Amino acid sequence: MTDRILFNLIQVLVVMVFAPLTKGVLNRLIEQVQSKRGPSIFQPYRDIWKLFHKDEVVPEQSSWIFRFTPYIVFITPIFVALLIPVLTAYPLFFAFMGDMLGGGFILALGGFFATLAAVDTSNPYGPMGASRTRMVGFLAEPVFMIVFFTVSFVAGSTIPYIVQKQWVTPLTNFFEPSHVLLMIAFMMLILAEAGRIPVDNPSGHFELAMIDESKGLEYSGRGAALMKWGGSMKFFVLICIFLNVLVTPWGLAGKQVLWEVLISIPLILLKVFVLLLFIVVIESSLAKLRLFRISEFMGAAFITSVAAMIAQLFTT
Amino acid sequence: MLDLSSTSPIFSQLNALVGGLFLLSAFGLVIVRQAQACLLIFIIQSILLSISAFLLGYRDASYHLLAVGVLTLVIKPALIPWLLRRTVRQEIYTYREISQVLNIPSSLLIALALTLFSYFFANSLLIIVDGSFAKVNLPIGIAGLLLGAYTLMVRREAIPQLIGILAMENGAFFAGISISPDLPLIAELAAAFDVLIIALVMGILTRTIHENIGTTRVGALTTLKEEPNQ
Repeated sequence: MTDRILFNLIQVLVVMVFAPLTKGVLNRLIEQVQSKRGPSIFQPYRDIWKLFHKDEVVPEQSSWIFRFTPYIVFITPIFVALLIPVLTAYPLFFAFMGDMLGGGFILALGGFFATLAAVDTSNPYGPMGASRTRMVGFLAEPVFMIVFFTVSFVAGSTIPYIVQKQWVTPLTNFFEPSHVLLMIAFMMLILAEAGRIPVDNPSGHFELAMIDESKGLEYSGRGAALMKWGGSMKFFVLICIFLNVLVTPWGLAGKQVLWEVLISIPLILLKVFVLLLFIVVIESSLAKLRLFRISEFMGAAFITSVAAMIAQLFTT
Repeated sequence: MLDLSSTSPIFSQLNALVGGLFLLSAFGLVIVRQAQACLLIFIIQSILLSISAFLLGYRDASYHLLAVGVLTLVIKPALIPWLLRRTVRQEIYTYREISQVLNIPSSLLIALALTLFSYFFANSLLIIVDGSFAKVNLPIGIAGLLLGAYTLMVRREAIPQLIGILAMENGAFFAGISISPDLPLIAELAAAFDVLIIALVMGILTRTIHENIGTTRVGALTTLKEEPNQ
């Protein structure tokens, strides 16, 4: 019992500590592909540290939503990290508090408040970015739903810990068409949700073209640090769901002993690194889509997920 | 160690995977905008078709299916693109956008409806046909056929229309190899060369259209126009 609580806390700590590192590694790799040297992989930590020590400026016109949003954005991925398998293959203490749908709702809550805060600032770019994020969001919603329903239909459960065993026992299940299609659809979903390149350019600083970044433009000091940290945790959590539930549920701790849980930390980091390499290939070979072609991209993701569902329903 | 005997479930799993990707590539033909990408997706789809034929041929120890696989692999991914590149001018492939009758999101929904329809349609056919491969190949093949036909209808550019025809043929083959493993080789040969001739004829036709009117937007050729009387 205490073990399970402890492991759950370790899991949350891993998400909190290593989330900025994924951003740092990703940025570094992208720069290196472009034959630049790139910032250090620890740069996100330094940014967050620096921002915590700066004064905060709050727009006069804004209300309490603007002040509370960084905390909500920071806290929601932590809640999701309690629910999903990051390190262990068996359910932990809080695993049955909520299922994948619950996790989706909690993440959506953070997004919702970030949108409200962007409108709250009365900065002209904030609402623009907010409405665009909502556009991407409502296009991503059906994909998420279909992926989620297909996965839980296959596994007969909505708890991610139970779902993950389904695709690899026996190993031939891994090559099921519905599984492969779901992986593709979910990958596209992650790219859209995290604001990566075919949908949004995270390194672009041109306000008119921003989607995700423009929501946090008005934040400074501690607020900005929390928004940055929360954003990278959300990305890390999404990657963990993708890797540990859908793609590679190997390398997780199988027994309830501390050293196995600790060993699984480098393994999950290794898996995340491989996925980051894949994202780097996507980012360096594709261009950002025009705004009105995002609906086509998400439509493609939707079709992929629906094809997975059809293949699952009709061939079993 | 993997069990590689011909009754192993891994073959039907692999075939199911190929089927899923085949369906995805059929959707890709509807989504994609550039003629170049259309051709690329067609090449991928043909390779998937030949993989499925090889898997089926290995399971049934059927030389016909292996021959179909080889023929497909030689003609569709290699010969037809080469032929099209030779006959049709290069600038056609560099258009960024192909005009369509319907916009892409609504095309996607129609494509989805077509796929669902083909699954329902194939379900009633599967009562007569047995086999784990047919369960995958038949509905996906029919869906490929319908999506190819749909591409043919909505595109207004000659090259993607041609690829639509070829994709229809791919879909028909994908369904066909699973329900009639002992199709005579002569029929397959005839079909394969038919496709080649279709590609050649259409390619030359496209070239001629391009030479005569300077464009290959066959969608613009639907009404007869006369020179206005001055």
